[in-house]
Amino acid sequence: MSDSPLLELDAVSKRFAIRGGIAGSVRGHVNAVRQVNLTVQRGEVFGLAGESGSGKSTIARMIVGLLPPDGGTLRFAGRPVVQSRAIQMVFQNPGASLNPRRSIGQSLSVALAAAGVARAARRHRIADLLGLVQLPADTALRYPHELSGGQKQRVAIARAIAVAPRLLVLDEPTSALDVSVQAKIMELLVELGRSLGLTYIFISHDLSLMRNFADRVGVLYLGEVVEIGTTEALFGRPAHPYTRTLLASIPVVSAAEARLRPDIPLIEGEVPNAADLPSGCVFHPRCPYAFAPCTDQHPAFTRAEAGQTARCHLLAGDAASVHDMTTREQPA
Amino acid sequence: MAAPAQRLSAARQNWHRFSRNPTAVVGAAIVLLVVLAAVFAPLLAPYPGHVGAVVDFRARHHPPSFSHPFGTDNIGRDIFSRVLFGYRVSLSLAAVVLGIAVPFGTVLGLAAGYFGGWSETVIMRATDIALAIPPLVMALAVTAVLSPNLLNAMLAITALWWTWHTRLVYSITRTLRHREYVEAARLIGASRAHILFREILPNCVSAISVKVTLDCGFVILLGASLSFLGLGVQPPTPDLGTMVATGADFLPDDWWEPVMPGLAILFVTLGFNLLGDGLRDLFDVEDVR
Repeated sequence: MSDSPLLELDAVSKRFAIRGGIAGSVRGHVNAVRQVNLTVQRGEVFGLAGESGSGKSTIARMIVGLLPPDGGTLRFAGRPVVQSRAIQMVFQNPGASLNPRRSIGQSLSVALAAAGVARAARRHRIADLLGLVQLPADTALRYPHELSGGQKQRVAIARAIAVAPRLLVLDEPTSALDVSVQAKIMELLVELGRSLGLTYIFISHDLSLMRNFADRVGVLYLGEVVEIGTTEALFGRPAHPYTRTLLASIPVVSAAEARLRPDIPLIEGEVPNAADLPSGCVFHPRCPYAFAPCTDQHPAFTRAEAGQTARCHLLAGDAASVHDMTTREQPA
Repeated sequence: MAAPAQRLSAARQNWHRFSRNPTAVVGAAIVLLVVLAAVFAPLLAPYPGHVGAVVDFRARHHPPSFSHPFGTDNIGRDIFSRVLFGYRVSLSLAAVVLGIAVPFGTVLGLAAGYFGGWSETVIMRATDIALAIPPLVMALAVTAVLSPNLLNAMLAITALWWTWHTRLVYSITRTLRHREYVEAARLIGASRAHILFREILPNCVSAISVKVTLDCGFVILLGASLSFLGLGVQPPTPDLGTMVATGADFLPDDWWEPVMPGLAILFVTLGFNLLGDGLRDLFDVEDVR
């Protein structure tokens, strides 16, 4: 079936041992990712948003097969995920994603060789690839330290698409770049996605970027997906209090933008320690709307609107929705 | 095209930095001088015949003079000629020991650092054990059990020397194995051999070359110590350590007999150490850049 999802995550979990002491004994676990369910359709841009430490990068590394999950399954095109050329990744730090001792041409050549391109054809293909990411062909002779951050990221993108992947995981691809460069890289990614028929998983903490780029967005909090929805629904009518606080934290420059921002009391306190998670809903210690069941019952996913679900007790049963509660609190 | 010109200027930049570093330049000059002296010893030595067991009783114990710049030894041989030939032995010892120990140690270090798990445990514990044995003691043991000669001395030193390179490369590999470019290479499906030898190894080269340069000095010194103890090179092959040992009997009157070969050891060791330190400074700058 052509409309079966390209990528499915089913109850995926990952925990890391905390070691300490002289013998390096395990002293506890950090639950980096817990029970994550996601489906990504062919050709869509799926955004994963969350603060640092929310498990975004851990999920990315599991999707590309660099890290095995501790629980649950990841399926790519119906089969369990293994490291393969079909799933590639663009890393956050362009400075570290290219080998400083190898020329750009050498780095790209490896990808082409792995994809089975004959030696004689590689030089030509390298020029093609550099052209696709809008770099001059003689970039191939340069070394990473001769390039700017944006140019390095373009090379990293070229290397990823050299092996003709179907899914590209973008782990904060622009967060290390200047804002002006950021926009150009995003433009390039949009264009490549369209022309090569790529499916993207776009990981970012930058919600404005996500709003412009993603088709659907999943919001992560402490390793758990708390809300998933189409970009329109999620940004227009965020259902989970955490999503609302996240959106409220986007800096705005105009009054018009400020009106679009959800109105929510600012949350206090720090993100809890992932090694010692709160009971019930993980967000309850910081949630301005927390009520009785939140402290001891883990909320299930509840449909908020078409194509939008959230893990929140406010949405379940008779409880008033988060929209109603906040609207009620707003001055008339 | 612009890029090759840029590479050239990068090389010129490196040369510029190198030439501004007095330590590196002096070290390189000494090493070069010693290597040339060793290679062209038959042409440079005033008495090439004195390499062997030549005896000239009329020329015994002559102090340094114009015809014998370093003086003569107890059987009348020209010490300067023998020092030049002695460098051949010292340098070939260093070349053989490091030529075997460094590649061996490097491959083990790469494997232990990249693969982890049981290969790391086996290799690194073996390294710890080998490191616990002082090289001189090992060499004493090997040459005592087998016969004392240059080959066995090389064998003994080589058998321990790889450990240092294993540890060095292991620690670098550990820090590089989760570097994004290594993971990206894994994702595009590059082979393990490619990742180890093309992605990680090039980033170890500067550290290895500094260590190898410093090692040359140490290995030469160790070889000389063994010869001094009578466990290395056997007479009449000219060796700096043996010459110091034989000459020591004639202290203090005929001081030049042990002191001149001793200074020759100091000279070459110093040269390699200065060069090694200079290279380290050079590479440190490069890595920061």
